[in-house]
Formats: sequence, C-alpha cells, structure tokens
Amino acid sequence: MVEAIVNGLSGLIAGMVNLQWANLVMIAVGGLLLYLGIKKDFEPLLLVPIGFGAILVNIPLANLMEPDGFLRIIYDAGVMTELFPLLIFVGIGAMTDFGPVLENPYTFLLGAAGQFGIFLTLLLALALGFKALDAVTIGIIGACDGPTVIYVASQYAPHLLGPVSVAAYSYMSLVPLLQPPIMRALTTEKERQVVMKTTKKTVSKTTRILFPIVITIVGGLIAPMGLPLLASIMLGNLMKESGVVPRLTNTASNELANIVTLLLGISIGATMSGPVFVQTTTLIILALGFLAICLDTACGVLFGKALCALTKGKVNPLIGAAGISAFPMSARVVQKEGFRYNRKNYLLMHAMGANAGGQVGSVMAAAVMLSVLKGMGII
Amino acid sequence: MDKWTFGMTMLIVGMGGTLLTLILLSLIMGALKRVFPVKDGEE
Repeated sequence: MVEAIVNGLSGLIAGMVNLQWANLVMIAVGGLLLYLGIKKDFEPLLLVPIGFGAILVNIPLANLMEPDGFLRIIYDAGVMTELFPLLIFVGIGAMTDFGPVLENPYTFLLGAAGQFGIFLTLLLALALGFKALDAVTIGIIGACDGPTVIYVASQYAPHLLGPVSVAAYSYMSLVPLLQPPIMRALTTEKERQVVMKTTKKTVSKTTRILFPIVITIVGGLIAPMGLPLLASIMLGNLMKESGVVPRLTNTASNELANIVTLLLGISIGATMSGPVFVQTTTLIILALGFLAICLDTACGVLFGKALCALTKGKVNPLIGAAGISAFPMSARVVQKEGFRYNRKNYLLMHAMGANAGGQVGSVMAAAVMLSVLKGMGII
Repeated sequence: MDKWTFGMTMLIVGMGGTLLTLILLSLIMGALKRVFPVKDGEE
C-alpha cells in the first residue's frame, strides 16, 4: 500500500525531476514571447501560439513532439510537408493590394535592393562555419518573410527551423524599432524631407488580374524551384483581383489564414525544445538574422539614395527601407519617418509600392536561390 | 566546391538573378499598363 502511494507520488513529481535548466530557459523564452505578443502587441497572432508551443514542448514527459504526440502530428502534417507556409501565402495574396507597386513598377527595384541582406548574411554565415544549406536558410531570414523562411528551412535545414522562424517573426515585429535608426544614419535631413508627387490611380482591372498570372508564369519559368511560393501568393491575389470568387477570397484571407497561423505558430513553438534550442548556434543565428534585416534596410535606403540622385531629388530615399517584405509595417515606418521631418510629406503610397515590391522580391529571391542551388546540384 | 566559390556564386547569380527578374517584371508590368490602360469610368 505504502509502496503504491510512493509510486503514485513519484509519477506526480516525475515532470519536475526531469526538468532541465535548458527547459526552464525555454519556458522563460516562451513567457517572453507571450509577453511581447500580449502586452506589447508585437505580432500577437504568431507570438502567442509560438510562445505557448515553446512552453508546452519544454514540459518534460508530456512527449508532445514524440511520434504520435499531438504537436508532432501537426508539425509533420503541415510544416514538414511545406503545406502551412504555402496556405498562409494564399491568404497573404488574398489580403495584399499590389496596386501601389503596379502604379509605380520601378518600386520593384526597391524590392530587389531590400533582399541584398539575404546574400550578404549567407556569406557571413559561411564565414562563421555554417554548412551551405544552413547558411542559405540563415540568410533567408533577411527575406523578412515568415512563410518563406519556414518553407526553405523545412525543406533544407529542418534542424534550424525553430531559431530561424523565431528570428524572422520576432525581427519582423521589431521593424518599427530596428529601421528608423538605420534610415536616419544613412540619409541627410534634406533627403528625408523630399516630398514625392502623389500618384493617381492608373492601373486598370485587366492589369491587376494579369499581374498574378504573369508573375507566376515568368517567375516560374525563371525560378521553377520556387514556384510553389510564387504560385500560392499569386493564386490568393488572383482570387482577390478577379472579384468573382469573394467567398474563396474571404476564406483564404480569414478562416484559412487564421487556422493555419494557429497551427503554424504552435508547430514552430514546438521546435523550441530546451536541450535542442539552447545552444551557442541559436544565438549566432539570432544575431545573423538581426544583421540580415539591418543589411536589407541599409541596402534599400542606399538604393533609394541612388534613385534620389538619378531623379535629381524626386525620390525620397526613405522609401527604400520599405523594400523589405515586412508588409505593411515598414511602409508605415517610412511614412512616419518622412512625416516626422516634413509635415507635408505623405510617403505612404510610394512606400507601400516598395513594400509590395519587397513582398514579391523576397519570394523571388528565395525562388531564385533554390533554383541556383538546384542548378549547382546542391539540392 | 569550396564554400567561398559557393558563397560568391550565390551572391552574384542569386542577387543578380533576383534583380534581373524584378527588372523584367517591372518592365512587363509597365507594358501591361500601357496595353491595358484605365478605361473611362473605371475605378
């Protein structure tokens, strides 16, 4: 009888006995993510399920990420198959208005400049001793685009999925804090005050409908390895712009996006098991991710400066910072910064163009990278 | 292939490819706007 009671009690304390310090650290990290999401409103849709998933997976003996564990089932079904990031992209496409980039197609170039950080960070990661595919995955944090990061990581470096996803989403939510100092450091006050002409609507419905189709075909022909990414975002956008499937558009941008966001978030959190996550490598990846986004911003602003010089001061270089894919946050940051230095300055629509260009640019960068890797026989 | 060859290839071909693709897309979009201009009364 006594023995049975002791055995029963040992079952109750087994979880605490098996708790490692790394689990405690990650439970604290999960708590921090929840705090940032709930209290600071930083990407709450993602940080809340990620934070909660991180706490869950660090409770010993619950075996949630073991075969048949409920988190493992979700992870295998949606992350390892790349299904979740692609479904999220359908929702993003259905929510995104590419009108501003179509009004000023040159803003595609700012979207390209905003991807330089990816490739520079890749070089840095190689210099720090990471393997080729790991370095590619770390560099892609600079895409500032969660689903793209997850898509690449789940295929080519699943062991890095946790840190790179957390880095991508955390830094994306910190864009309003990260970008302004870089923008100020690289521009003069006079440049920040440049007023850009307001554009009027010049995009026909036909062009808007053809945009996703053309991007899919041209992009797919150039970089077929990234076609799933391109096609899913463009399918969502085609549904939106065609206007003939409002039910599908609403489902993609609401119910589907919400359900997949929940499942994706908790799956990412589930990769943050203490013993695996608490390593020097993770810290290096987080640092490189930070650097990638800073470099993207810097390259975007520098490209904006070049455009400013080429157009004899008609382009405000600040809009270059919106060339990263953090949509629409970085466009808002640009508007705020421009307005701060000139109360007559309304850069939002131009910045939205660069930002939408960045959205396409980040997907294209990933697609091109994958196709180059395939061409080199690495994947 | 050593890692520097790999890295520089990715930088040149990867970034160059991204830039060229986006330039191409911007040109195509510019052309589409001209071929299909906004019609009178279209919002």
